[in-house]
Amino acid sequence: MILKTRFFGELEIEDDAVIHFKHGIPGFENVKRFVLIDSDEEGSPFKWMQGVDEPKPAFVIVDPFVIRKDYEIKLDNEVLDELEIKSPTDVSVFCIVVVPEDISKMTVNLQAPVIINCVNRKGRQLILDTDKYGVRHYILDELQRQEDKADAGADEEKGPVHNHK
Amino acid sequence: MLVLTRKKDQSIIINENIEITVLDIQGDQVRIGIDAPREVSIHRKEVFVQISEENRKAASANVKVDLKEVLKNSRLAGLKKEDGSQDPK
Repeated sequence: MILKTRFFGELEIEDDAVIHFKHGIPGFENVKRFVLIDSDEEGSPFKWMQGVDEPKPAFVIVDPFVIRKDYEIKLDNEVLDELEIKSPTDVSVFCIVVVPEDISKMTVNLQAPVIINCVNRKGRQLILDTDKYGVRHYILDELQRQEDKADAGADEEKGPVHNHK
Repeated sequence: MLVLTRKKDQSIIINENIEITVLDIQGDQVRIGIDAPREVSIHRKEVFVQISEENRKAASANVKVDLKEVLKNSRLAGLKKEDGSQDPK
């Protein structure tokens, strides 16, 4: 199938590259099919998620575990059943990025991760019932925070366990 | 919109398999219990609306930007350290 896209020109898509979202995603309920497009840059935490159905929305997505090393989600049985997930290794998780004009202010939605079963190519955007993650985390701030934490925590992680509070 | 009046502990049945119960009423707050099949997704509306809006915003941007430019000042950016010095020690 040839897919005409706004940002990526014409893409030749194999049928087995298409990921099926039974309910679409919030705001785009009619877009039931997406494809992932890798970044040219090797090792980049970013990818694109391109809608196949009209209006063919395109999203920047990012690996949330890069933004927050301790990112954590629990998949309910309902989700496991719907996506037919059998093993954690079948699952890819991405979060959607908003890229404003000033791209240093880009944000990521950690509260609504996109879950993909890579085996059967079924996907769904979850809405987490948590106040741990919000819909708008500044990516550069999060990365900076992690660096600070890594610097500060370097000693703790070595050596024997000791609690200093 | 269909409007029904219910008291505490009274319910509404929708479609024979969804039950919505008024559990408690305190001033302007109402606690609601919902029994529904697992495949029915239930969200607080404002959260759902917010996610829809973020998705629309995300899709309306120019997504073909040079993201590595933004990240170049961040040590974490590349994820791959060219000099191989990954160990912080």
